[in-house]
Amino acid sequence: MSAANPPDSFLRRYVFSLDHKTIGLQYTITSLFFLLGGFCLMALMRWQLAYPGQPLPYLGKLFGENAMPGGVMQPEFYNQLGAMHGTIMVFLGVVPLAVGGFGNYLIPLQVGARDMAFPKLNMLSYWIYLCGGILMLAGFAMPGGAAQSGWTSYPPLADLATSGQTIWLLAMVFVITSSLFGSINFIVTIVQLRAKGMEFFRLPFFIHAQLVTAFLLLLAFPPLEAASVLQLMDRLAGTSFFLPTGLVVSGEKLAVAGGGSPLLWQHLFWFLAHPEVYVLILPAMGIITEVIATNTRKPVWNYRLLVYSVLFLGFMSFTVWAHHMFMTGMGTGMSTFFQITTMIISIPSIVVLTCIVMSLWGASIRFTVPMLFALAFLPMFGIGGLTGLPLGLSASDIYLHDSYYVVGHFHYVVAPGTLFALFAGIYHWYPKATGRQMNATLGKIHFWGSIIAINGVFMPMFIQGIAGLSRRLYDPTIYAHGRVIQPLNVFISISAWTLGLFQLPFIYNFFASLKRGEKALENPWASTTLEWAAPSPPPHGNFESAPVVYRSPYEYSVPGAATDFSPQWRAEA
Amino acid sequence: MDESAYGYWLPPDASAHGPQIDHLLGFLHIFMALIFFGWAAFFVYCLIRFRARANHAATYAPVRAAFIKYAEGTIIAVELLLLFGVSMPIWLRYKQARPDEAQALHLRVVAEQYAWNIHYPGRDKKFGKASVEAMNGDNPLGLDPDDAAGKDDIVTINQLHIPVNTPVIIDISSKDVIHGFNIPALRVKQDAIPGQLSTLWFTATQTGHFELACAQLCGLGHYRMRGDVYIDSPADYAKWEQENAPAVPAPEQK
Repeated sequence: MSAANPPDSFLRRYVFSLDHKTIGLQYTITSLFFLLGGFCLMALMRWQLAYPGQPLPYLGKLFGENAMPGGVMQPEFYNQLGAMHGTIMVFLGVVPLAVGGFGNYLIPLQVGARDMAFPKLNMLSYWIYLCGGILMLAGFAMPGGAAQSGWTSYPPLADLATSGQTIWLLAMVFVITSSLFGSINFIVTIVQLRAKGMEFFRLPFFIHAQLVTAFLLLLAFPPLEAASVLQLMDRLAGTSFFLPTGLVVSGEKLAVAGGGSPLLWQHLFWFLAHPEVYVLILPAMGIITEVIATNTRKPVWNYRLLVYSVLFLGFMSFTVWAHHMFMTGMGTGMSTFFQITTMIISIPSIVVLTCIVMSLWGASIRFTVPMLFALAFLPMFGIGGLTGLPLGLSASDIYLHDSYYVVGHFHYVVAPGTLFALFAGIYHWYPKATGRQMNATLGKIHFWGSIIAINGVFMPMFIQGIAGLSRRLYDPTIYAHGRVIQPLNVFISISAWTLGLFQLPFIYNFFASLKRGEKALENPWASTTLEWAAPSPPPHGNFESAPVVYRSPYEYSVPGAATDFSPQWRAEA
Repeated sequence: MDESAYGYWLPPDASAHGPQIDHLLGFLHIFMALIFFGWAAFFVYCLIRFRARANHAATYAPVRAAFIKYAEGTIIAVELLLLFGVSMPIWLRYKQARPDEAQALHLRVVAEQYAWNIHYPGRDKKFGKASVEAMNGDNPLGLDPDDAAGKDDIVTINQLHIPVNTPVIIDISSKDVIHGFNIPALRVKQDAIPGQLSTLWFTATQTGHFELACAQLCGLGHYRMRGDVYIDSPADYAKWEQENAPAVPAPEQK
């Protein structure tokens, strides 16, 4: 099938499509559903945390006698919800949306290509992801329920857990395989398929961010895939990769060979999962840079420094993983090394934020809906980054490790951070993908409701952590210090449910605007990067004629130019 | 358990090394607040001053801002100072200063789903022999009943009694999965990892009743893996030790 002729049959066009835009939208829709699902699991947990041991009215009975007898949540079910919330949000929600959705849709358009380098591999990557996602959810149908050892799945607990853990591991193998296929495709497309004149330093920052992300996925995921297979062998084939000698479980000596190491899993897991943090954050930084450049009508401040910073960030992200393990009995020399790398990695993050904020100076800021979300990313990511400081220093980490402070910290990075950037991206590129605008009033209701509610969710978690509350507690009122601060849990839960309500305008807006939204031309935001040269929505093959690139990506308000934006594809300024 | 000791900030601090950690936490949060609010003021100022409006256009040339380098340089310098000047010395003073065995109380803690087994060596300061094979419901630590050193050992579940102002050394391990030995009021935390012996130490500086919590998800009972920590005056501790010493006669009295 050539890129010039779109396929005729419905199946080839909308379901088993090879077109990067269809695949990108498939990723987007699927991952949005997973995000909603992951959110609902959390909303359910928040009932138990706010009102421990009380029956959930009406809804509680739907979950059956095993999970919630009489509407009262069981600790096993709570742990399943916790493990699956984390797994779904990270591996099936945010990464597929940021990388699979935005990356697939925008990379060929922004580099000026007709499609991805390997369209069939691209389609395969989506379908493997979907299978992995469905398999992951199927864990809930297993005897004993879904995986319940946390999204981190530390052995020996995970080795000994019910069969839901086996499903979790199998699903992870699918999801990781899908990511590997995707990352190869991204790298080859960005390196090989750039339009004429698209030099490395003319690429939009979003592309640099996706390129670094693709390398992180390619290099960091295989260790976890291997580790998942090892844990699978421990569970199914009787090996002891992660089981030491002499385990006694419930008073019975465990009949295993032993000789394994529980810490080996933690090293393999965090060797992936710390770069994974940057897989979540780099595409978000890419998106907000595009949105902010467009809406400030001004070139991004120090674009080259921005690019060097993400390259450095990507490299350094492989050297910090053991700061998740300061409490495992690590020696002083080791912990010093990982503290130094952790301090170093904060520097490029500060530089990226500085470049973006300095871009506001001398700008003419349009407060569009995507711009509101992009601007909100900055202080939210700032809080997430700053609260990493007491966790990154081993002395203060002694107290804060595994407390709610950690939960608050990483959620600030990923939820009001990355997720807000992804919302910015959806509002920003919706007219490109559909040919229609989303409603701005509904968008502003969505924004203001979400930003207030989400801070109501995560800000009190820092107080809980400082007050000494451990994370992953089914009933925090077991502890005296938990009982005293229990009102915070009620406040957080109400904020979380309010946050859910404020997503309804977004969901309505997303679908209703497909038909009723204001029509958009090919460049509704008066933007400069190549995707805006294509029609909205872009046809099969993207561009009517092969684009040629004449200048850097963010040439706004060039003195003497005809308009306040000088697109990359226009020969004259 | 007295709830009045707790509130919306750090719990009471009953350990010798704890105040250093508390000061570090306090200093860090002031530093973070300064950066955040300083930055936010600049951010909000930009949003207001450079909003799109009639007769206002963006400037193409990037702003020259030398102060950025100084601001970033200052942040990096403070981070390095925090790491090498504050955090590492606290960590080293605490982690490298293993108390003198002769003056310290040496305990073993063996975690399991979902309890803390606490093993006191007794008056002879020698732990009885223990083995995995001998572990059962009545003998959670697998102590050898024939070992003379174990005759006077005290074993408790979830009840940690320690004397005030005495260095305490605890060897921590686990029988099954990873647990997290966490006493917020003493500012101590250590993963209890099966197959690995980890050691921590502290000196309690005030008497009282505090909580031992599990910090690491260890299964469905993780939330209720709670223990009591009693920091006793020397007299109270001696009394407790006497009352709980096993009824078996000590070997030399045979």
